[in-house]
Formats: sequence, C-alpha cells, structure tokens
Amino acid sequence: MELFLSKLSTFGNAIPGDITQGLIWGVLAIGVFITYKILDFADLTVDGSLGLGGVVAVVLITNGVPVPLAMFIAFLAGCAAGFVTAFFNTALGIPGILSGILTQLALYSVYLDINGKANAPVSVDKYPLVLSSRFVTAGNASADIIKTVGTALIFVVCIIAILYWFFGTEYGMAIRATGCNSNLSKAEGINTKRTTIVTLVISNGLVGLSGALLAQYQGFADVNMGRGAIVIGLASVIIGMVLGEVILRKHFNFIAKLSFTALGAIIYFVVLRIVMLIGLSTDNTKLFSAVIVAVFLAVPYLQKQSRASFAKAGKRSEESLGAGKESV
Amino acid sequence: MLELHNIKKAFNKGTINEKRALNGVELTLDDGDFVTIIGGNGAGKSTTLNAIAGVWPVDEGAIIINGQNVTGLSEHKRAKFIGRVFQDPMTGTAATMEIQENLALAARRGEKRGLRWGITKREREEYHEMLKSLDLGLEDRMTAKVGLLSGGQRQALTLLMATLKKPEILLLDEHTAALDPKTAAKVLELSDKIIAEHHLTAMMVTHNMNDAIKHGNRLIMMNDGKVIFDVKGEEKAKLTVDDLLVKFEQASGTKLNNDRMLLSE
Ligand SMILES: Nc1ncnc2c1ncn2[C@@H]1O[C@H](COP(=O)(O)OP(=O)(O)O)[C@@H](O)[C@H]1O
Ligand SMILES: [Mg+2]
Repeated sequence: MELFLSKLSTFGNAIPGDITQGLIWGVLAIGVFITYKILDFADLTVDGSLGLGGVVAVVLITNGVPVPLAMFIAFLAGCAAGFVTAFFNTALGIPGILSGILTQLALYSVYLDINGKANAPVSVDKYPLVLSSRFVTAGNASADIIKTVGTALIFVVCIIAILYWFFGTEYGMAIRATGCNSNLSKAEGINTKRTTIVTLVISNGLVGLSGALLAQYQGFADVNMGRGAIVIGLASVIIGMVLGEVILRKHFNFIAKLSFTALGAIIYFVVLRIVMLIGLSTDNTKLFSAVIVAVFLAVPYLQKQSRASFAKAGKRSEESLGAGKESV
Repeated sequence: MLELHNIKKAFNKGTINEKRALNGVELTLDDGDFVTIIGGNGAGKSTTLNAIAGVWPVDEGAIIINGQNVTGLSEHKRAKFIGRVFQDPMTGTAATMEIQENLALAARRGEKRGLRWGITKREREEYHEMLKSLDLGLEDRMTAKVGLLSGGQRQALTLLMATLKKPEILLLDEHTAALDPKTAAKVLELSDKIIAEHHLTAMMVTHNMNDAIKHGNRLIMMNDGKVIFDVKGEEKAKLTVDDLLVKFEQASGTKLNNDRMLLSE
C-alpha cells in the first residue's frame, strides 16, 4: 500500500513533465500525420530531422543566436532534410521509404559535422530557453510548471491553427487530393511531384522544430535523440486516430484529427510513465513503442480477419449442413 | 479541335513483352464532334485516350488540341484542356474528400492553386444547384465523403467534375461499364445532356455497339492500334450492328474478338 502510494505520488509529480514532453513530441507527431495520413507517404526522414533540429538549435543558441531565431533555423533545417528525401523520391525515383532512410543516415554525419561530437549541451541557466524540464519537477512552483506546459501547448495550438488554415486552401486541398488519388490529381492539373515535395518539407520542418524544443527541454541535443522517433510519431498518430474515432465518431473532422494526434503523443508518454512505474526499465522504452505501434496496427487487421476467416466459414458450413458432414 | 497525327506507342520496349499498342493513329475531330469508339479487346482505345491525356509521352506523332501542340506537355499541364471519366468509379474522385471538395478541386482544373480558400461560400451555393440538377439527392450530402457514394453516383459526380470547367475535349472510357444496366443508362443519358448543353467535343469508348450507334454524331472503330473505320452524320445514323460486324471483318480480316462486346440490347 505504501509502495503504491509512493508510486502514485511519483506519477503525480511526473505528469506535468510527461505532458510537456508529449506536447513537444506532439509537434513531431503532427508532422508525421501530414505525411503518413494526408500524403500517404511513410517518411523515415523523421529520425534524422529531429536530431538535426535539436543540434542546429543548440549550436546556434550556444553561439549567441537569439533563441527564437535559432528555433526558426532549426525548422528550416528540418525543411531542408524533407526536401532531400522528396528529391530522392520525386526526381530520382527512389522509393519513398528508402529515400527517407538514406536522408536519415546521411543526417547522422551532418549532425556530427555541425557539432563535432555526439552530445551538445545547452543550459537553461546560461541561455533564455523557451522551456526546460528543470521547471516541471516536484520542487517547482506551480507558476513555473504552468508556464512550461503552457509554452509547449501554445506551440502545438498555433501549429494546429496554421495547418488547419493551410489544408483548407487551394494548395492544401491539392495536397490532400494527391494523397488520396494521385491519378485524379494529375487529371485535375495538380503537379503531384511538387505537392509531395511541399508536404515533406513542411512535415520535416515541424520535426526539426520539435527537435529544437526537445533539445531545450532536456538540456542537450544528442546524435541518437531521433532514433525510433518515427515509431513514437506513428504511435501517437495511431493512438490519436483510434481514440478520435471512438469518442467523436462522425464528428472526427480535420482539426480534431490534428488535436488528437497531439493528444495521442501525450497519452503515449503518460502510459509510458505508468509502465515504467510498474517495472519497465528505461532500456526497454523502444521495445514498448514498437509493441504499441504493432498492436495498434494489428488490431484493425485482426478484427477484419476474424470476421472473414475461412476457419469460421468452415464451421458455419458444418453447422448449416448438420452433423456428420465434417470439413476436410 | 483535336488532331492526332500518326500516334505510335509501344509498351515494355526491348523486352519479350513488347506491345505495340498504337500503330499510327490518325484522327481529326471537329469542334462539337461527339465520337463513339468501338473495337476489340486490346485494340488501343484506352491507350488512345491516355495518349491524349498525357498519361505518358507518346513514341511518335503529334497531338494538337485547339491548334496548340500539346505533345510535349505533361499530364498535369495538359489537364486544363481535358475532362476525363474512367471505367472504374474509384478512379475519378477523391474518396476521402467531401463531395463539395471534389467539385472545388475540379473547378480549379488547370489553374494555379495558391493560398486562397480551397472552396468558397459562393461555390458551395453553385454546387448545390448543380447537384440538384443531377436529381440524385447529392445536394443534401455535400459534406459527405465521396467514398460513401454508390458507383453510379460517383460516375455522375465525376461527369460533373470533368465538365465543371468546360474542357476542350471530354474523354469517356467505358464510363458506364462497371454500372448495372439501369444506372448505366442514366449516366449515359446524363453524358448526352451535358455534352449537348455545353457543346462539348467528346470521345466515348463503349463496348456496347447499340450505344455506339445511338450516341454521338460520329463513330470510329479501332483495331490493332489503328483507326480502321470512321463514319459520321447521316451515314452513321443509318448504321446497324450487322453493318459494324461486316465492316470489322472487311477491315481487319478477322472476327471481332471483344468478349464483352454487346451485340444486342
Ligand atoms: N501501361 C501499359 N503497360 C503495358 N501494356 C499496356 C499498357 N496499357 C495498355 N497496354 C497494352 O496495350 C494494348 C492496348 O490496350 P488498351 O488501349 O487498354 O485496349 P482497349 O482497346 O481494350 O482499351 C493491350 O495489349 C494492353 O495490354
Ligand atoms: Mg480499355
């Protein structure tokens, strides 16, 4: 009982930090949503552009560049990474998944070129960072906690608002059409290569921004910080979509989808905290994300399979034929 | 209006699967021509329409639309001249987008797409009226996803989309073949109406000889990647299915081999 209570209080103390982290990863998840859900492109660049955004922001900030400007450049760096993947795919004809993997791998070297070593610290004591995990732990004043969570929330809300507007414009609609039916899109005069490029650029820009926020939050950028990021992003998107379908049903519109994607990221980190309190070691968090994504992707498939299974059809046939006529 | 000069196209060139789909298609359409196209399986009917639409570049020949040589334009750049309806109802619409959004996409065919609203209030009102004239009840479901519509409804919507912005040429590729006979007749009637109303130049591939005779002012028959028979006006109006079968044998030296070809009503 005592152990349970202490765990509960640990959980309570950790919640603001988990929500903040969820919101930061929510920015990445929204980027993943744009490619995976809207454009129907599984973009693995993400693992690289997160670290790129992080290291660009940290190196610029520690060299005296104002934080907002550093974050904007981190966003642009992410955009550039997305452009490279898009170039591989649209101009050189390399399949989408492989294009992303190539960029991701190349970015590993780019990271080291920018920073010289694997780890790039940035201290909130020395620089006016927009948020830091230091202010969302047990000892902090609630004002600090609210400010930190609020800052992350503002980023997410602004991004959702901008994207909601953008995908309602002529060009945004052309992107949605490209993802839905590229043949029709071409027949309607849409340059589908260009829409693919623009989408990958925007998506990875968001991932770069997410990396800049994450590096500030944790106080450092690391060459491995993006490893498995795509899986966490996908997990968030999928959790958000399943939840949204269940809760909102027919009213699960576009803005709700973006919001639930961010919510999915928050839920991911809260659930991760719970399983860690129960006993999952930090070494196993990647295993956890892989399992979550696998389960959420598999469930709809298995549901469909169980409805349309040969084994069951065989059983039904036996029932309708009556006893004595067994299937082979 | 449309000129096809010696169009040639081969697929899988240099492999054992090489297929010369078009072997010098010659065709000139006048303004307002409504041509029906018949021919056996693999005669090159769809390939001809794809060549006009620019799905891929042709190997040889020239495609002129309204005096403009479009042979070197990619599909999306040519789109402003062309409206298309395909055989598969899934192909012509964006299933995950709303009915009104599909129309808005089509209304901007070939135009520059920028950061203005993708669909305006005025458009919504216009689309409401247009859908009402289809008489399918779609005007009350403008925000429904197109994926929820039946095949016939989707084809009717695709027709509307293809002609919302008046195309120089309308390409219909067996666009009623996937529908049940009653729906097919309705969509065909709608096609006639739209083509007449907007004085469109149109090409319609069909495997139904009666439809080919009944509709349009001109009929062409294709075989082995070429136009083998071309009639119009009075002469076309007097055609019978038997005439067409005889013509086919004369021109090709074989019997018509389209297993889906409908010879009777
Ligand atoms: N994209 C393609 N790749 C390879 N072969 C094709 C392609 N499109 C058409 N063909 C071939 O070209 C020939 C003409 O096809 P098509 O124009 O579709 O015939 P139809 O007159 O029945 O519409 C066929 O032999 C077909 O198999
Ligand atoms: Mg065909």
